[in-house]
Amino acid sequence: MAKDALLDYDTAIKLYEPVIGFEVHVELNTRTKMFCGCANAFGQGANTNTCPTCLGLPGGLPQVNGKAIESAIRLGLALGCEIAENCRFARKNYFYPDLAKNFQTSQYDEPIAHDGAVVVELESGREIEILIERAHMEEDAGKLTHVGGATGRIQGADHSLVDFNRGGVPLIEIVTRIIDGAEADAPEVGRAYVGAVRDLVKALGISNARMEEGNVRCDANVSLRPRGSGTLGTRTETKNVNSLRSIERAVRYEIQRQAAVLESGGTITQETRHWHEDSGTTSPGRPKSDADDYRYFPEPDLVPVAPSREWVAELAGTLPELPASRRKRLRAAWGFTALEFQDVVNGDLLDAVEATVAAGAAPADARKWWTGELTRIANVQGVEASELVTPGQVAEVAALVASGDLTDRLARQVLEGVIAGEGSPAEVIERRGLRVVSDDGALIAAIDQALAAQPDVLAKIRDGKVQAAGAVIGAVMRAMGGSADAARVRELILERAG
Amino acid sequence: MGDLTRLSAAALAAALAAREVSAVEAVQAHLDRIAAVDGDVHAFLHVASDAALAAAAGIDAQRAGGEPLGPLAGVPIAIKDVLCTYDMPSTAGSRILEGWIPPYDATVVAKLRAAGLIPLGKTNMDEFAMGSSTEHSAYGPTHNPWDLARTPGGSGGGSAAALASFQAPLALGSDTGGSIRQPASVTGTVGVKPTYGAVSRYGAIALASSLDQVGPVTRTMLDAGLLHDVIGGHDPLDSTSLAESWPSMADAARRGAEGGILSGLKVGVVREIAGTGAGFQAGVRTLFEQSIGILAANGAEIIEVSAPSFEYAVAAYYLILPAEASSNLARMDSVRFGLRVQPSDGPMTVERAMSATRGAGFGAEVKRRIILGTYALSAGYYDAYYGSAQKVRTLIQRDFAAAFGVVDVLLSPSSPTTAFQLGSLVDDPLAMYLNDITTIPANLAGIPGASIPIGLAPEDGLPVGLQLLAPARADARLYEVGAAIETLLEDRWGGPLLAQAPALNTAKEA
Repeated sequence: MAKDALLDYDTAIKLYEPVIGFEVHVELNTRTKMFCGCANAFGQGANTNTCPTCLGLPGGLPQVNGKAIESAIRLGLALGCEIAENCRFARKNYFYPDLAKNFQTSQYDEPIAHDGAVVVELESGREIEILIERAHMEEDAGKLTHVGGATGRIQGADHSLVDFNRGGVPLIEIVTRIIDGAEADAPEVGRAYVGAVRDLVKALGISNARMEEGNVRCDANVSLRPRGSGTLGTRTETKNVNSLRSIERAVRYEIQRQAAVLESGGTITQETRHWHEDSGTTSPGRPKSDADDYRYFPEPDLVPVAPSREWVAELAGTLPELPASRRKRLRAAWGFTALEFQDVVNGDLLDAVEATVAAGAAPADARKWWTGELTRIANVQGVEASELVTPGQVAEVAALVASGDLTDRLARQVLEGVIAGEGSPAEVIERRGLRVVSDDGALIAAIDQALAAQPDVLAKIRDGKVQAAGAVIGAVMRAMGGSADAARVRELILERAG
Repeated sequence: MGDLTRLSAAALAAALAAREVSAVEAVQAHLDRIAAVDGDVHAFLHVASDAALAAAAGIDAQRAGGEPLGPLAGVPIAIKDVLCTYDMPSTAGSRILEGWIPPYDATVVAKLRAAGLIPLGKTNMDEFAMGSSTEHSAYGPTHNPWDLARTPGGSGGGSAAALASFQAPLALGSDTGGSIRQPASVTGTVGVKPTYGAVSRYGAIALASSLDQVGPVTRTMLDAGLLHDVIGGHDPLDSTSLAESWPSMADAARRGAEGGILSGLKVGVVREIAGTGAGFQAGVRTLFEQSIGILAANGAEIIEVSAPSFEYAVAAYYLILPAEASSNLARMDSVRFGLRVQPSDGPMTVERAMSATRGAGFGAEVKRRIILGTYALSAGYYDAYYGSAQKVRTLIQRDFAAAFGVVDVLLSPSSPTTAFQLGSLVDDPLAMYLNDITTIPANLAGIPGASIPIGLAPEDGLPVGLQLLAPARADARLYEVGAAIETLLEDRWGGPLLAQAPALNTAKEA
């Protein structure tokens, strides 16, 4: 494959205004599939969770999963959408071997939810409102495995296998309106938007929301319009970009690639593009025109879905606090800077910090422990920080530091002990003997010894260069095995030197 | 007992219940009859002799053990090949499903078995129910027992012919635009298309989802009512199935047969399909008018009504049906079941295998309708074709609503003509389509309809059927009125019309 020419990103943005849009597919975590009673579950043998309906056998008929409707309405409400009083399913007709019926039961001109908005916040603090055109219900296709080729791709494969366990799994597709005005932030907007949707469906509890497992999948539309031009450029649709980082990279790549094509006098082909995670590039998929003819028509095997206003109101009452407003509330309550708060959010530590604060820790302490030491250990061990210790334990340790019973260094040892399974913080302190030495006598002995060993430091302190005391503090702390209160040590040093 | 195959299902059921005859005997009598005459009639695509006898023995054992059994337990039944059966091939008359045995029973079949009825086999039909003559079956045509050179109608010609030739006392059919009623009409049998949603479609191989309805094919209204009671009712697997509880159709038929219900009944005659228009055979019109006369003589008030939108019914139907069918039949792609034909040369890709399979597996009429439907749904044509057709559908529903505001039932000939000669219309699809003009409006409106025999046309001596239509959900009214008319006519004839059918050659039996 020829390597795409790319224009420098800043130049691209200087010349062109990026216009983006996203289609996000959310796989619901309902117990059963969208249109039949088969388990919505993975990991079993191929084609075990199937029946005449999801296998598309002659005579099979769909039945709508009420729980999926409920999930769609709750998501629609959370996205600020109108919920249709009456909507129908439609058949999207096309032949593909992973599509059992050779039509996908979806929604076309009557989505269950439409016209909403979500506000996303960028790292700079900039807020952008993303308008939602629609959220509609549909079913997933089966999974193809291409066998016999070197790459596992269809090209070069000798045959292909189809597993319909995923066929008929409920999906909600969320479609944004075009997003212009993102400017140079366009890649980050993509990342922030999809992240917001992911957080939303997770908070609603309607999806497992694991992007790495395909529970949330994103198609990114990108086009460029020359500065000053009123008309939209030709767009590409990069399919199945399935991590937040990849969305950012893919949008950026397409901006640079399209800008290079346009700059060299070429034209953009309206097409789908494949995203290649390893090389960070996109490659052409199939041509896609607005006239793609799926011969949509209302699904005659299903009756319209007509959620009563009472039910919608009842579901609105079940919405949890939504991630964006929760984040706003917590950030204000904790008094974090944007950067500090972003650290917590990026580390997926909001819950942990919130619970630690609730257990009595100061917000700054809770943040420090979770984003610092605990995240470090979690990275080393390859686990989530929240799996290491409980917020209550962190709060307990933080309280002991605050009261002067533990130094930071001792506190780290306590946490180490807790993580190692030695018991509660109190038990670890007891067993390891990790108490701050508050006996001035022992400290003075150590200080005198240290000052004697470093007469030049003593001279400097006496000359008024009190910062020189640091070297002595270090020596004393080492001598005390860390179990001394550094502030007290400093006081005593100045006293003894004076 | 005499010839068990000549009994109505109700009479056979009574004999079984009284233990005057065993289910095994009843099944064997019908298997013998099939062996004797089906070589000429070709009503069956598959006969499940061993399974039927085994099931019959099971029923006999249950009865001997004093177990409670349904009213039709032990009665044999023929099943249109459009219905999925886990133990018999289910081909819908198509080569593309040749030999395909589904892993499940259609809901109606499961209900039959649970009620103790004995499936005899699967009956012939136009491929995927597309046709009015059963000539479009991939497995050869069925012959009309009244005249073997003529068609038994379609698409359910196999079920109707099986009844008319006493190969089965009951059968199941499916009716998308008349596939139960028109064959009943031209074979002198009874057929009922229930209200859309009254009988489950789960496991019925779909032709046009919004029009298809499974229903009984019998020789009497009471038999149809008994069978309707077994197969009807809500099915959670069919989302379009109606949730309500239904009165007994058999009871309605019995009430009707007792007489008296015709007095004061408001009977509508739809001017547009009353038999006076072009295309209606003289004898059909004559017998229809005679029937109206009999009704009037028995106290019914005859009211002429108009349904101006019926003029567009056939056109609308032949857009909606192909559109839905083109999508429903897309699953026949060789990937998961059925025929697989590999391209004879060139690369073997799934697309080319699908294409080769569909090319070889579908008959000409099916291809014609898939192409029509695909076209009608195409972007740019959707509004003009499918969209307009749906509007006509609404207009037809309004015509019916207006008519039923005035009358209790509507009557018309079931079919414009008696049975036509095999081969006479097969190359003239438009003429074949126009044959459905009387039956199609009921499907477009979702209302119930029935066909009962009203005599033999003077010019050709072939059966003529009367179509009864009632408002949606008023299926019981059809059974009441149908049974009342049936009783009056049989009194005049001195027995069932089928008693006048020519004997079939059973010499091969010896």
